[in-house]
Amino acid sequence: MADALKDKIADVFDEPACGTNVSKSEQQRKKGCAKPLTPGAAAGGCAFDGAKIVLQPIVDVAHLVHAPLACEGNGWDNRGAASSGSERYRTGFTTDMSELDIVMGHGERKLFRAIREVIEAEAPPAVFVYATCVPALIGDDIDAVCRAATEKFGTPCIPVNAPGFVGSKNLGNKLAGEAMLDHVIGTLEPETLTPYDINIVGDYNLSGELWQVKPLLDKLGIRILGSLAADARYKQVAYMHRAKVTMMVCSKALINVARKLEERHGVPWFEGSFYGISDTSASLREMCRILVEQGADAELLDRCEALIADEEAAVWARLEGFRARVEGRRVLLYTGGHKSWSVVAALQELGMEVIGTSVRKATEEDKARVTEIMGDDKHMFDNMAPKDMYRLLKDAGADVLMSGGRSQFVALKARMPWVDVNQEKHEPYAGYMGMVDLLRAIDRAVNNPMWEELRAPAPWETPLTETRTLPPLSGECPVTGIAGTGRAVSLVPPLPPSGAALAAPVEVAGFTSSTTDFEDC
Amino acid sequence: MAKLTHPKRALSTMPLKSSAPLGAALAYLGIDRAIPLFHGSQGCTAFAMVHLVRHFKEAVPLQTTAMNEVSTILGGADQIEEAIENLRKKSAPEFIGIASTALTETRGEDVPGDLRLILQRREDFADTKVVYASTPDFDGALQDGWAKAVEAIVSDLVPRVTERDVDLRQVTLLAGAHLTPGDIDELTRLIRSFGLEPLVLPDISGSLDGHVSDDWSGATQGGTPVARIPEAARSAFTLAIGESMRKAAQIIEDRAMVPYRVFQSVTGLKPVDALVRTLMALSGVADPPPSVKRDRARLVDAALDAHFHTGGVRVALGADPDLLFSLSTALTSMGAEIVAAVTTSQHSPLFDRMPCDEVVLGDLGDLRRGAEAGAAQILLTHSHGRHLSEALHLPLMRVGFPIFDRIGAQDVCRVGYRGSRAFLYEFANIMQAQHHRATPEDFGAAPIPEEFDHVPHIARH
Ligand code: SF4
Repeated sequence: MADALKDKIADVFDEPACGTNVSKSEQQRKKGCAKPLTPGAAAGGCAFDGAKIVLQPIVDVAHLVHAPLACEGNGWDNRGAASSGSERYRTGFTTDMSELDIVMGHGERKLFRAIREVIEAEAPPAVFVYATCVPALIGDDIDAVCRAATEKFGTPCIPVNAPGFVGSKNLGNKLAGEAMLDHVIGTLEPETLTPYDINIVGDYNLSGELWQVKPLLDKLGIRILGSLAADARYKQVAYMHRAKVTMMVCSKALINVARKLEERHGVPWFEGSFYGISDTSASLREMCRILVEQGADAELLDRCEALIADEEAAVWARLEGFRARVEGRRVLLYTGGHKSWSVVAALQELGMEVIGTSVRKATEEDKARVTEIMGDDKHMFDNMAPKDMYRLLKDAGADVLMSGGRSQFVALKARMPWVDVNQEKHEPYAGYMGMVDLLRAIDRAVNNPMWEELRAPAPWETPLTETRTLPPLSGECPVTGIAGTGRAVSLVPPLPPSGAALAAPVEVAGFTSSTTDFEDC
Repeated sequence: MAKLTHPKRALSTMPLKSSAPLGAALAYLGIDRAIPLFHGSQGCTAFAMVHLVRHFKEAVPLQTTAMNEVSTILGGADQIEEAIENLRKKSAPEFIGIASTALTETRGEDVPGDLRLILQRREDFADTKVVYASTPDFDGALQDGWAKAVEAIVSDLVPRVTERDVDLRQVTLLAGAHLTPGDIDELTRLIRSFGLEPLVLPDISGSLDGHVSDDWSGATQGGTPVARIPEAARSAFTLAIGESMRKAAQIIEDRAMVPYRVFQSVTGLKPVDALVRTLMALSGVADPPPSVKRDRARLVDAALDAHFHTGGVRVALGADPDLLFSLSTALTSMGAEIVAAVTTSQHSPLFDRMPCDEVVLGDLGDLRRGAEAGAAQILLTHSHGRHLSEALHLPLMRVGFPIFDRIGAQDVCRVGYRGSRAFLYEFANIMQAQHHRATPEDFGAAPIPEEFDHVPHIARH
C-alpha cells in the first residue's frame, strides 16, 4: 500500500469527534475500527463500495472506476439515490482492465486514456477516479494520473483512493470524505451567500428522502448550499466551506468531513436525524439555533417553533388514522445503527409493541437510549443468525419485521410481513411526512389479506375426509400405450369409523410424493 | 457469419457483462446443499451477492475467503482452509465451490495445489466435496465462469471408468449459463416425455426457482444432489445445451466414454426439432408423445401469427455469446434482422455462425451506438438496457442476467417448443404495442395548415 494511503487510513482511524474512538487506548486506536474478517463468515462491502456509496449521489460527475470488471460490472446503478438534475451519475464508467493491462502494467496508461474519453464524451464538471484492489496491487498511481489529467484537460480529476481490501465500507466512506476535503471542498466560491446556508452531510437522498425534508427548510428560508452528497452537484461539494452550519445526518460515516470543515473553515456541525417526528423537530431546532448563533436573525427561532408545532400537530392527526389498523401489532426491528429510536417512540405512541430491536452497531449511548424508550434492556439483542430469526418469525413471535434487505427473505420465507427500513428501500420515510409513509407501509404489509391465505394449510395437510370413486379410465396412455382397465378405482380408503383416528394422516397405498414434478404421464 | 470486433477504447461505458466468478457462483448454486465461495476480498462477494439477489429475489448463499491486504500478498491457502472449516461448522454444506477472483489471480497463487494439500491433510473435511475453478474477473464473462465451474465439477466428481455400465434410460443434461430455471424445467419435461430420466447439471431449477420451503438453511436447498453427479458416468448420452458446455461434455466423454452432442440453441423450430430428433433416437420412440407433437404444431401456428411482426424488424441485441446466438438465430429465422450485436466474451467459436455481419465485444455504450447506426426498432438485453431504452425511445425486451426490475425472471422460458412460442409472442406483442400513427410528414406531404384548426372561444358572460 502506498505510504500516503497508509497515513490517510491512520488519520481517519484517529477520530477525536467519535465517542467510541476517544474511549479507546492508543494501541486500540492504531488498529482501527475494523475487526479482522473471518473467512467463510464475512458479509459486507469493501472500502471501494463505501467510497462509491458516499460519492455517487453527486449527480453531474463522471464516476470512473479503475478496475477489472467485477467492481463496477456487478455493482453499477444498484442504488436508489435520486437526482433532480443530471443522470450522469447513474452511468457506469470503468476501465474494465484486461489481463493484458495487468500483466503488461498498462493500467495507468489505460486510465489516462479513459479519463480523456469520458471528458470528451460527457464534458462533466469533474471526473472521480476510484482505485480498486487490482490496480492498487500492481502499483498504479492514480493520484499521479489524476494530477496529469487535470493539468492536461483542465477538468478536475479527483482520485478516490479506497481500494477494497484496505477495509470495510465504513472506512471507504471516510476515505471518500478525505478525498473531498483534499481535492474538492473549498476549490470554488459560491456567487451569493446568505446567513441561512447549510451543509447536509451523510444523506444520500435515497428514493428522494431529502426532498421530504426540503419543504421544511424552504419554509424556513434555509438553503442547502453544500451537500455530501444528497442530490448534489459538483459545485455543492466545492462550496461546502462557505456554509454556516453542517448537519451530519444519522450516521458517523462522514464525521471526519464534518469535523474538518469546522477545524479548517470554521463551520460548526451537529449530528441530527430526520427519521421520526421527535428527531426531525430536534434537528430543525438545533439547526436554527446554530444559524442564529452564526449571525442569522433571531426571529428564525420563533418561525422554527411555529413550524414544528404546526407540522407535529398535522402529522399526529394523520397518524391517528392508522392507530386502529396497527395497534397491538408486535414489531421486531432489525437495523444497524441508532437511527430508529425516534421511529420506535412513534410506533409505541401508536400502540404498537416493539418486541425487540437489534443493537448491532449501536454505541453504549445508543443502548442507554433504547433502554430508556423500551423500559428495560430485555428487548435488545445483537446479531441473530438467519436460522434463529426464521424460527422466531415462523413461530409468530412477531407480526412484522422491519429490517434491511439482508433479512428480507428470512421474513418472507417465514410468511412474515416485512417492511424495508434499509438504505436501499424504495420508499422514502424521512421527515414528518415520511412517518406517514412508513405507517402506510406497515399497514399495507401487516394487513394484506394475502398472509392469511398463505399461512393456511395446503390441501394435503388436512386429512382427506371425503371419498371419491373415479370412473374407469378410457383411452390409452400416450406414452406407455396401456389402455384403461375398465374398472372404477377408489382413490381413498373408506374413512375410519371414529373421528379420533383422523389425527394420524391416512396412508394411501400407491401414492407417494416426490421432490420432482412429473407432469407428463 | 460475423466478424468479432473489439473497439480500441480505454473507457467502458455501462458494462454489459457480469463477471466470471459470478457465473461460477451461479453454477455452483445449481448443486444441492452447496455454498459458493469466492477466493478474494469480501467486497467482490458483496457486489456479486447483491447482483444475484436483485435478479432472483432470493437469499443467496455466497461466501468469501475475505482476503485482506496482507493475506493477498502472503497467499491465501490459510484463508481457504479457515473458510471451509467455518462454512462446515455453520451450515454443514455437502458441496463448496470455490471461484477465484481478479485479486487472487493477479497475485498468482497455486490454489489447486494448495487445496489438494488441505484436503489431504484435513480428513475431517471428507464429507464436503470441494471444487475449485479459476475465474479471474479480467478474463471472460459470466458464461465463461459458469462453464469453468461445470468443468471443475465434472473433472472432480465424475469418475474415470474403463468399462461402460450404461443406464439406457438416463441422459445427462449439461445446462448452459443462459438457461433460466424455467428453461431447465421445460427441457426436463421434454426429456421425460420420451421416457428418459434427465440428470441435470447444474440444476438451478431446483434451487433458484423461487419456492418457499419449510426450513431456513445457509446452503442451497434443491439442485443436483452431490451424490448423483458421479452417475453422469452411467448416462446413455450427454446433451450439452449451449456451445460453452462443450468442454464439460468432452470431459465426461474422456472420463466415462459417454457420447455427447452440443445444442448451440434450443430456441426456435429447427433447433428444437434437432433436440427432439435426438431424444427420439435415444429413447427409440419413433412416434413422440401427443403433448410434444401438439406443442410443435402450436409453435408452427405461433410462427405464422408472429411473422407479421418479426419480419424485417431491426433488432439490437446484447448478451453473452450463447444467449446471443440462440436468440439471434431464432429471430433471424423469423425474418428479423440483427443490426447490432454486442457480446461479452471472446471465448466462443460461435461468432462464425452468428446471423449478422459484426459482433462487437463491448458494453451497452456500443449497443447504443450500434442501435442508433442501424436504426434498431427494439432492444434485447438485460435490465441495465433500460438506460438505452429511455435514451433511444425504444422498447426493451429483458433477456439474460441481471433482470432486476421485473419479478419472475426465473420463470421466463424461451426454450423448447413451448418456450419458443412464448418468445415469439412476447417479441411480436412488444412490436405490436409500438404504435406509430402515420402523419402527412411521414410521406413528405405538407402538414394541414393550422389556420383550419378550431380555436376555442373564451366563454363570454
Ligand atoms: S474488494 Fe476490491 S476487487 Fe473486490 S469489489 Fe472491492 S475494490 Fe473491487
